[in-house]
Amino acid sequence: MMKFPRLLLVLAAAAAAAALHAAPAREFSPAIVYDFGGKFDRSFNQSAAEGAAKFTKDTGIAVREFEITNAAQREQAMVQMARRGATIIVAIGFTQASAVERVAKQFPDVKFALVDGVVDLPNVQSINFREQESSFLCGMAAAMASKTGKVGFIGGMDIPLIRKFALGYTEGAHYVNPAAEVFQNMTGTTPAAWGDPTKGAELARSQFGRGADVIFHAAGATGLGVMLAAKETGHLSIGCDSNQNYLHPGSVLTSAVKRVDVAVYKAFAAAKAGTWRAGQTVLGLADEGVGFSLDEFNRALITPEMEARLMQARADIISGKLKVSEYRAQ
Amino acid sequence: MSAPRKLPRWADLGLLPLVSLAAALLVSCGVIALLGESPVQAMRLLVSGAFGSPEAVGYTLYYATNFIFTGLAVAVAYHAGLFNIGCEGQAYIGGLGTGLVCLGLGHLSFWLVLPAAVLAGAAFGGAWALIPAWLQARRGSHIVITTIMFNFIAAALMTYLLVNVLINPGQQSPETREFAAHAWMPAAGDLPGRLGAAFATSPLNLSFVLALAAAAALWVYVWRTRWGYELRVVGQNPAAAVYAGISPGRITVVAMVVSGALAGCLGLNELMGSQHRILIDFPSGAGFVGIAVALMGRNHPVGIVLAAVLFGALYQGGSQLTFDLPRINRDMVVVIQGLVILSCGALENLFRAPLARLFGRVDSK
Repeated sequence: MMKFPRLLLVLAAAAAAAALHAAPAREFSPAIVYDFGGKFDRSFNQSAAEGAAKFTKDTGIAVREFEITNAAQREQAMVQMARRGATIIVAIGFTQASAVERVAKQFPDVKFALVDGVVDLPNVQSINFREQESSFLCGMAAAMASKTGKVGFIGGMDIPLIRKFALGYTEGAHYVNPAAEVFQNMTGTTPAAWGDPTKGAELARSQFGRGADVIFHAAGATGLGVMLAAKETGHLSIGCDSNQNYLHPGSVLTSAVKRVDVAVYKAFAAAKAGTWRAGQTVLGLADEGVGFSLDEFNRALITPEMEARLMQARADIISGKLKVSEYRAQ
Repeated sequence: MSAPRKLPRWADLGLLPLVSLAAALLVSCGVIALLGESPVQAMRLLVSGAFGSPEAVGYTLYYATNFIFTGLAVAVAYHAGLFNIGCEGQAYIGGLGTGLVCLGLGHLSFWLVLPAAVLAGAAFGGAWALIPAWLQARRGSHIVITTIMFNFIAAALMTYLLVNVLINPGQQSPETREFAAHAWMPAAGDLPGRLGAAFATSPLNLSFVLALAAAAALWVYVWRTRWGYELRVVGQNPAAAVYAGISPGRITVVAMVVSGALAGCLGLNELMGSQHRILIDFPSGAGFVGIAVALMGRNHPVGIVLAAVLFGALYQGGSQLTFDLPRINRDMVVVIQGLVILSCGALENLFRAPLARLFGRVDSK
């Protein structure tokens, strides 16, 4: 069919015009697109927002931000940012992959960074995390802290990324206690599952009722309900993505930290310094991209023996002695 | 004391909604002022964001296309006295049908794919509405409850399919591979000449024309055919319908299937027209907005098209607002939309009496 090449031509012309228009006197202008969860989910997106805020604080350069409410807005927001002269656009979340791919092709002069996804283009940096490694350590911590030998996992939506967390967690728990029972629940089937603390609390109560005494959540804002339920019923919870130990001191065993903030900050800083590179970046325990948090809020919950075992496992995973499987979508 | 006067027809259909809309925007301005932004600038951005350039108009009409389909779907069920809250799920499953056709037949000519995709979308959406309809007609299960529940079943089914079956291998995101180019809905940007170039960057596509055609077809169906007459009789008086030899059960099923089929067409715009793949939660609430659109449009196709454009404008202008004014976030846009729904739908009668009094005074002079 004839019309498609023509469409591409028009797009290319528009992109070229935009690039020419924006090219002279381009100042460094960073931008970031958050996903459905929104900037203040106290978890994944918020971690990214903190990285952006730190960059603004350190350099005085404002970061243009956008929170999407429907699928079409991803592409729209990125196109607008690119047109208004954004130097680098960071997209948060795996759902943005296809939008990044399309817009990056339209604006070859703009740098893109995608967190939690892979786009193979010369102007895209794909930043991924080995969540299974931190989940593994949290599984170990859970099994060591558990008195009943039963631990729980509550995910947001049943998607490959969350299965990755669940698998690492289960392996970690079984590494410590091969007989450990791991309960798994997913909160829902729509993106609302990331923002439903009430349901998170209900699921947590039901798992506690079945005998679990530690629950790990990978459910965004839904996890806040999980953690509250754990506090109210006198059990333990494990936070996710951001360090959530401070939320309920004494009841949050630890948090599986994913340093999205560092990744965002580094992407901006590298782009500013001119050292930014496209390609794949995978951050694991070795790069301190993921880890478990230990601070004054959970110091009393992690005994020296637990800490020693966790540190040993951490070293073994980094050295490759201990293998953690990664969930792969078929 | 005079009895409450009736408004002239043009004022009832044209002026009253405009007054309600103006009131909603005025209240929004107050909230925006409280947030520390200039209401004048915000309203200017809202309008120019929605209609200021061909691209903006393209986005507005693109969103409106979704709302026309779901608004018509709600309206046709309403005329049969049914409240279909399941458009979200019917659109989701309808999109599955459309998407499967695009994935399977995408290598053929577009003119073969298009009718197949329309039929599949309508068939899947209609089938999804058939079950609650049948339950209502035969077992008396209330359609409001069952259609709400079917939204969740649809979401669960689609998540399962996209995560386990249809996912493009080797990626995180639960979505299918991209449709072959023959299965892409021709975009407004493909139009020849300057018109095409102006719309090149917006997702507006042929589905908009299909949506308008559906609106016209619905008008003929509801007001100009015997089937539509039966539909309205059942909606207004089921007992009279039985007396006239019309089976309310049959009409319930027919109305719901037509409703589901209309909602199922959303995938034409969203998947074939814009995303070119099946992805998770692509209706993003358009099924629920359809309820507001049908209410505001008084369940008449012309009203629905206008209300859909208004909501499209709020969507597009609103996203422009959050883009340019950092202190206004996406939740504020939801507040504006909510105020419009509240004022035009729920508080419709707030301005009716004062307006009628005003007209009465003018008349008596």
